Amino acid sequence: MSGAVIVARGVSKRFVHSSGHATSLKERLLGNTKAPSGEFWALKDIDLTIGQGETVGLIGPNGAGKSTTLKVLAGILQPTSGTVEVIGRVASLLELGAGFNGELSGRENIYLNAALLGLRRREVDDMLESIIEFSEQGARIDDPVKHYSSGEYVKLGFSIAVHVDPDVLLVDEVLAVGDEAFQRKCLAKIAEFQRAGRTILLVTHSLGLVEELCTRAVVVADGQIQFDGDPEFAVGTLRKILGTDQPAPAPDYAPKQGITIVDAVVSATVDGPATEDAEPGQPLHVRVDVDVAEDADYTGDVVVVVMGAGNFPIWSMRSSEAARLGDRPGRYRIRFVVPSVPQVNGSFRLAVAVYDATADAPAASRTFNEIFRVHSGELPGIVAVPFGTEHTELPAIPA
Amino acid sequence: MGAHQTINPPEGWHVSAGLPAAASPLVARQRADAQRRVRWELLAELVRKDLKVKYQGSVLGFAWSLANPLLLMAIYYLVFAVVLRNGIPGFAIFIVAGLLPWTAFSGAVMTGTTSVVANSGLVKKVRFPLQVLPLSAVGYAMMHFALQLGAVLVITAAFRHVYSPAFLLILPAIALMVLFATSLSYIAAALNVRYRDTAHVVEIALLVWFWLNPVLYPASLVQQRLHGWYWAYFLNPMATVVTSFQRAIFVKDAYTNKITHLPGHALADPGYVFYLRNLAMGFAISIVLMVLARRLFRRMQVDFAEEL
Repeated sequence: MSGAVIVARGVSKRFVHSSGHATSLKERLLGNTKAPSGEFWALKDIDLTIGQGETVGLIGPNGAGKSTTLKVLAGILQPTSGTVEVIGRVASLLELGAGFNGELSGRENIYLNAALLGLRRREVDDMLESIIEFSEQGARIDDPVKHYSSGEYVKLGFSIAVHVDPDVLLVDEVLAVGDEAFQRKCLAKIAEFQRAGRTILLVTHSLGLVEELCTRAVVVADGQIQFDGDPEFAVGTLRKILGTDQPAPAPDYAPKQGITIVDAVVSATVDGPATEDAEPGQPLHVRVDVDVAEDADYTGDVVVVVMGAGNFPIWSMRSSEAARLGDRPGRYRIRFVVPSVPQVNGSFRLAVAVYDATADAPAASRTFNEIFRVHSGELPGIVAVPFGTEHTELPAIPA
Repeated sequence: MGAHQTINPPEGWHVSAGLPAAASPLVARQRADAQRRVRWELLAELVRKDLKVKYQGSVLGFAWSLANPLLLMAIYYLVFAVVLRNGIPGFAIFIVAGLLPWTAFSGAVMTGTTSVVANSGLVKKVRFPLQVLPLSAVGYAMMHFALQLGAVLVITAAFRHVYSPAFLLILPAIALMVLFATSLSYIAAALNVRYRDTAHVVEIALLVWFWLNPVLYPASLVQQRLHGWYWAYFLNPMATVVTSFQRAIFVKDAYTNKITHLPGHALADPGYVFYLRNLAMGFAISIVLMVLARRLFRRMQVDFAEEL
């Protein structure tokens, strides 16, 4: 059931920029072909095995090689070295309107696209209605697609890709163009794919989506795999690479000088080793270390926000007046204790801020990538609420 | 016995019919294979696409594809039969017999040459068997050829032109033309991705090449000059195609030039063996070329997506 569907071994990809784009025959004949002005390794020795039914997020900074990876796996680009094997029908959504002919109508493009994907015309006839319905094009389906908006391109493209019954779906950051209603529909479709055991590979910059949707995430940076595994950890790794684990400077409130949040650690015991798994009902300790420098003109309360997927705040804690930062320079440790971890489900990380009682904006803030997990039951939902259930047989309804 | 309740989603919710379970490894492999192989459906779909794009919004549509060869024929007839008075009886049909396969061939090679570059949007974004592109260009040209041939048959029948069993010669001639045009298209299409000059070279080469075929002059004139080397003239498979078409469609052989008053033969040969021998040679040349062309295309296609 879960054999490998995509196997890439030692894949490297080199791009050569020649100074002039297309070489002319004259240059070649006269022997004055300029030496390639530079080569660029977009991928360096990538090893990636993806099993059937996995939903893998491919994340990384711009120009890291994500799209190249997808194109190599899709079989559009040939690796310079290494091998790629993909088993099954591969539907890809690599760019806006990829594979569409602008002169043809939406309907004709459906047939063309499906034929390129290896389907028979008869098979397309059967799925035509659902493709058109899902794409929400209605009567527009008979207009030439050159008159479509970018959103309509994506709707049609995605609709074709998911209706041709692919074994592997490759999607490159195009869904963001659709409106919210359509994006929701796409996510529902992807969930359906997951249930049906299809394999999905998704390139996206929407890290919340990766945490929400993917069973696994691969961080690519500088043409290499930097991390491969748990989506939450992958997102943390990427944020560290991007430097976005530090807050963006607020335009109005520059962070105050002299306050530095050094560390925040979750542990099972007071000042104990960091923990990755917290037990519901058990105590949880959080310690925050803050440096107050010589020139600090400011001290305040420490606020800890526990965030779930998509940085959604789950609960917050604020240091009491007795536990504020001191006025004198030095390193302060603020300790929080949760006597009993609530019945929540998921992976959580900490955001820490230092607030003055009088100010609205934090003097300093920092989001930490370290994850701790709480597992409170098998049912979906971030909160495990106690509930009762019973059953009664209702009297039959008279006909 | 337990009460069973079905909750229906509220109106307006998208209810998914659900996907079938994932394909078995065997089926999955077959589907992967179907995506990499040239299939008739794909070829037909691409030809259909090109025809639709070409004739969209045109009122006369396909009729335009008849205008070009008809106009050419009229001009050539005027120059060679009326002005130069070459004396070949029914010269219009003689011209058509040669011009028809030649325009189909040159059209196929020309569109074949640009077939990969013209579809760069597909090549760069979708995985499909790229070999289908030159094939679809040839298929597109052959659709026009079939239409033109049909029109010629109807018109000549209306003028009570009588066809002999020799007409069957067009079948191997067409096969040879398709094979030869396809192999040249493979080569030129692959080269044109890397060297965009290829299309210009091919265009000029076809202009010159036209006169190496006995379309506007009888092949017998060449025979008078080449003597023992006459066979070398037919190393060009298109000369074989053209002369076979003339043998198949044209009936009158002997004629007298009205200016020089010399007698001549309109046909390359009045029999059949001559043509069959040349066709065999043409096929041999084209098959060798095809093997080389496919090898070249396969080697160069791995870089197409990057070089476009």
